[in-house]
Amino acid sequence: MVLSKTASESDESIYSTFASRYVRTPLPRFKMPENAIPKEAAYQIINDELMLDGNPRLNLASFVTTWMEPECDKLIMAAINKNYVDMDEYPVTTELQNRCVNMIAHLFNAPLGESEAAIGVGTVGSSEAIMLAGLAFKRRWQNKRKAEGKPYDKPNIVTGANVQVCWEKFARYFEVELKEVKLRDGYYVMDPVKAVEMVDENTICVAAILGSTLNGEFEDVKLLNDLLKKKNRKTGWDTAIHVDAASGGFVAPFLYPELEWDFRLPLVKSINVSGHKYGLVYAGIGWVIWRSKDDLPEELIFHINYLGADQPTFTLNFSKGSSQVIAQYYQLIRLGYEGYRSVMENCRENMVVLKKGLEATGRFNIISKDNGVPLVAFSLKDNSRHDEFEVSETLRRFGWIVPAYTMPPDAQHVTVLRVVIREDFSRTLAERLVMDIVRVLQELDNLPAKVKAKISSEENEKTRKKLREITMAWRKFVTDRKMNGVC
Amino acid sequence: MPEESMPKEAAYQVINDELMLDGNPRLNLASFVTTWMEPECDKLIMAAINKNYVDMDEYPVTTELQNRCVNMIAHLFHAPIGDNETAIGVGTVGSSEAIMLAGLAFKRKWQHRQKSQGKPFDKPNIVTGANVQVCWEKFARYFEVELKEVKLREGYYVMDPEKAVEMVDENTICVAAILGSTLTGEFEDVKRLNELLTKKNEETGWDTPIHVDAASGGFIAPFLYPDLEWDFRLPLVKSINVSGHKYGLVYAGVGWVIWRNKEDLPEELVFHINYLGSDQPTFTLNFSKGSSQIIAQYYQFIRLGFKGYKNIIGNCMENARVLREGLEKTGRFDILSKEVGVPLVAFALKDSTKYTVFQIADNLRRFGWIIPAYTMAPDAQHIAVLRIVIREDFSRALAERLISHVEEVLKEMDTLAAKTAETTATVDAAQRGKPAKKSEREIQEEVTQYWKRFVDRRRTGVC
Repeated sequence: MVLSKTASESDESIYSTFASRYVRTPLPRFKMPENAIPKEAAYQIINDELMLDGNPRLNLASFVTTWMEPECDKLIMAAINKNYVDMDEYPVTTELQNRCVNMIAHLFNAPLGESEAAIGVGTVGSSEAIMLAGLAFKRRWQNKRKAEGKPYDKPNIVTGANVQVCWEKFARYFEVELKEVKLRDGYYVMDPVKAVEMVDENTICVAAILGSTLNGEFEDVKLLNDLLKKKNRKTGWDTAIHVDAASGGFVAPFLYPELEWDFRLPLVKSINVSGHKYGLVYAGIGWVIWRSKDDLPEELIFHINYLGADQPTFTLNFSKGSSQVIAQYYQLIRLGYEGYRSVMENCRENMVVLKKGLEATGRFNIISKDNGVPLVAFSLKDNSRHDEFEVSETLRRFGWIVPAYTMPPDAQHVTVLRVVIREDFSRTLAERLVMDIVRVLQELDNLPAKVKAKISSEENEKTRKKLREITMAWRKFVTDRKMNGVC
Repeated sequence: MPEESMPKEAAYQVINDELMLDGNPRLNLASFVTTWMEPECDKLIMAAINKNYVDMDEYPVTTELQNRCVNMIAHLFHAPIGDNETAIGVGTVGSSEAIMLAGLAFKRKWQHRQKSQGKPFDKPNIVTGANVQVCWEKFARYFEVELKEVKLREGYYVMDPEKAVEMVDENTICVAAILGSTLTGEFEDVKRLNELLTKKNEETGWDTPIHVDAASGGFIAPFLYPDLEWDFRLPLVKSINVSGHKYGLVYAGVGWVIWRNKEDLPEELVFHINYLGSDQPTFTLNFSKGSSQIIAQYYQFIRLGFKGYKNIIGNCMENARVLREGLEKTGRFDILSKEVGVPLVAFALKDSTKYTVFQIADNLRRFGWIIPAYTMAPDAQHIAVLRIVIREDFSRALAERLISHVEEVLKEMDTLAAKTAETTATVDAAQRGKPAKKSEREIQEEVTQYWKRFVDRRRTGVC
């Protein structure tokens, strides 16, 4: 604990925070300050600066959970000082992780017996989960090639161009070539036919997405499975499938239980899902499940012995908090199957309300499908005078954070606005959002009309056009560099 | 998954109660990771629990706080940057991620160099001591780099700089030194490593750099040993990692990695996100994660300042001294940890014939203390130690109480050992002439002991 200052200095503890000198001095940005300051001052200063951050619950850009029940908050705070990796010291927490893995594996129809332990692990998010799954595929493929005496230095992975950035990270960091199936106007997910065409003997796996980042669509994993099986039979290669169910993994089993996308398809060897998206837990938890022991090469696993019981671990992160794992278990037993289904149905309902509201304005094309992750992706029918980025910026004034993105190649001329419906986005908010969008459109409509009235001569018309061109070019340059599909 | 929902109070209670059987984090003397923070900080943490750190667009202040922390830590490590210059570094989930990023940067730089010289680049290796934490082994295995370990020896439990430099070859991507060895808390001699490696680089023309794994020592050395040269003051040190959640005094879930300058981080590894025109580069393995720990780290930096950290670490060293002296007074232990280093006490039994440190650890658990017992890494695996880490919240009162419990446990085990010896002697006397026959229970015990020792020996130093 910090020793307090000696009594020779004036008694600062009587000063209210905003009366003290601490709010007068600038906050250090480059070097650690020399002296300590009272904890109340530290708290207040940081709290106040953070007021200028966006409101997480109005952040309609993100799939990541922004609200949990107070009871769960209590559990989270109680576990904040538990280092998850100390399995010896916190056996119950470790057990809770194992139970979550089992439950999720069963949810995905993993071929396990009733009381059989599943193969899987909790991660910090889908990024880590995907890297682990990819690593397993890479190692399996290398081992197979070595056994066949063939070269194993050029592995590749086939995905759609709509993949989230973590696949690009995996490819770059783990030295695997990324072969992307390009999108096209009107078809914004990976085409299974094209994907299977791209598979060659160096392909470590094909990655399908359940819940595309850009428009929430589910890719046709069943078709992919069928086509890939045929190709495998012809070629003798054993190319497998990984399903990136980061958002869809906790939606499909509850809303579309008949949809075959998981371990029911024989070529699917591993699946990842984000606990912090529709798993309904705060940021910081993901899950990866393997079909069976054979799909996870033993050499990648490190063994820790818990007084005789073997605890295998295979994660990139080591020390981390336990709170999110406990929170995930809370949600799974608190809500149960029926609770999750109710939440997802509500999201879907509100998604439809929002979609209908937008359609009623007559100004938007809806890009997202009805079946998929509950989100609405829409673009302006006519974006010649004002584009989606302007709508997004203007909406921000009302407090809403609604992102605008361009589609990846080859559909980069299409710009969309995307609203994600999370658990805590009620119908009231949906209707309010529609109203605010209508107001934004009205504002933007009025804008050029005002400008037009001022400038009437031809000369000014030319200047205006030029100005506009320069602005558009600069904006396009800046926004083009913007990363597509933030999680 | 259960079919039906249950009331939230029930869910809370059921989980809370089962978790009562977990160990108490504050009595977990195995871990360096922070287990106590001020309530004001807890408030900030809870307020930020629903902020996804990666949304830099939406939470620009939180992103700014991370950048400030990076700057502060870089200056603390004497990175060669101007007073108002932005440092190159990033916040991670822990030192594991930090080390993987640093290793990845070294690997990529080395590959480029080899490619440009037309040499093979398929067999990279990294030189470390056998005392490294498991995350280096993970890095090596997952990123396909060979791990060349300098073996320890009895009495010398860290990496020997001379042996390390001998092992360096043209495929070495870097040499990793540890500031605050997991097993004994010792600081490796980075300065000497730098000198020897500079000489070798001159001879060979290779450009082998150094990475310093300062996971625990990074927030100790600058405050207690400011004259110790281990950081960017040494020219060959290109990157350093430190755990915010160890002596950075934040809960589990934050680490930092700093690079000397832009050249040490290959541009192709960095992904760019544009925040309405201003460029925000990111290079992490994790994407979505909580913001709480970053905010907590900034809180600690401005709340404590340089003096505050110095006082806290100073207190830890004082309490470590008290504990060490108390253990030495029992006359039964050899102290393996040094006085200069991370505040921990690692000690072994002088005489392990009657009972082992593993048994002492088991018995101490009855009193509530969680103290781990480990065997050293090769080639000193015959040595078993108990290790007690002194964290911020381990007061002198607790230190003295622990010593009295250790004394009690020793007394218990002495009595037990004496009784067993007596019984054996009596039985022997009674059975003289008859063929020695072990009772079923004795056989069971022997087998259990052997098996337990075998299992325990396989356990390596937990963080």
